[in-house]
Amino acid sequence: MAHAERQQQGAEGQQHAHVEGQQHPIGIYLKIWGLLFVLSAASYLVDYFHFQGYLRWFLIIVFMLLKAGLIVAVFMHMLWERLALVYVIVVPPLLLMVLLGIGALEADYTFFTRGVYFFKGLL
Amino acid sequence: MTEPVLTSTGESLPLPEGLPGIVADLSSDQRAFKNVPWGKAMMWIFLLSDTFIFSSFLISYMTVRMSTTEPWPNPSEVFALTLFGKSIPLILIAIMTFILISSSGTMAMAVKFGYEKNKKMTFILLLITAALGATFVGMQAFEWTKLIEDGVRPWGNPMGAAQFGSSFFMITGFHGTHVSIGVIFLIIVAIKVLRGDLDHQRPGFLTGRKGNYEIVETMGLYWHFVDLVWVFIFALFYLW
Repeated sequence: MAHAERQQQGAEGQQHAHVEGQQHPIGIYLKIWGLLFVLSAASYLVDYFHFQGYLRWFLIIVFMLLKAGLIVAVFMHMLWERLALVYVIVVPPLLLMVLLGIGALEADYTFFTRGVYFFKGLL
Repeated sequence: MTEPVLTSTGESLPLPEGLPGIVADLSSDQRAFKNVPWGKAMMWIFLLSDTFIFSSFLISYMTVRMSTTEPWPNPSEVFALTLFGKSIPLILIAIMTFILISSSGTMAMAVKFGYEKNKKMTFILLLITAALGATFVGMQAFEWTKLIEDGVRPWGNPMGAAQFGSSFFMITGFHGTHVSIGVIFLIIVAIKVLRGDLDHQRPGFLTGRKGNYEIVETMGLYWHFVDLVWVFIFALFYLW
């Protein structure tokens, strides 16, 4: 009996997910909100405790990507969109990795030439 | 895999005759985004272009920071505040981060109540979101004032590399502008909700299409994007 009731509730819940528009239980937003708070606090603590070097960069990047992922997936509802829209929006920014690489190469070269031409130490 | 949500995409468009009809027919195509309203798809594409703008800023910031021979000012110290006689590193930025994340949370709930046609809750949550956004902009103005008083300029500063000022004012200025525009539109949408424009499907300005609660979600997308950009600025500019 209790089992049948639960099944019925489950079916209702399923139907609920199919109503018009992006309607999701409020709990998921509150949970993600909490999670974003925790992640922000964690990334602040990275600075507060003066972590340096690769550990610092690794933690900053991980917390940043986790936060970005949660916002896009849940708050912006990407989790519930059709793949066509998700791919059109999410794939093109990957091109920016190329720009990132070019920028890094160029910066290294500029740094090198500045070192060569602006170095006044031996004069 | 989660099931995609079904969304009403409005009635089919009227077929005009004559010359306008030719233009309309030739420019029409099978719609690509099946279960989202046009406004939402367009907002996403705008946000995609905005992603490229902010990424260009952040990548050029990386380039100037990597290539400068001067030491980069330590953001942890530059943005420290003295509270209760104690200097706390980066505290203002941390508070701004929490404020913006909270506004994202209230915005997400406003969208939910909007689809439930709960006018009062949607209005209140939109207004809270706008208030938090305005607080954020206010704190940013305070931060700018403090830095300008400390002698930071786009062309130089007393702490180190000259590029610090130009990157800072460019990136946070552009983001702050986005937040300010967002606050204005949040207030507009909140008023439309309160007046019942969306319940009675009154068309908005700049469009003859019927109003509905999907504009709350479209507004929400923009607002969450502003929060998203801040996540990257916080990590790459303030914490790096």
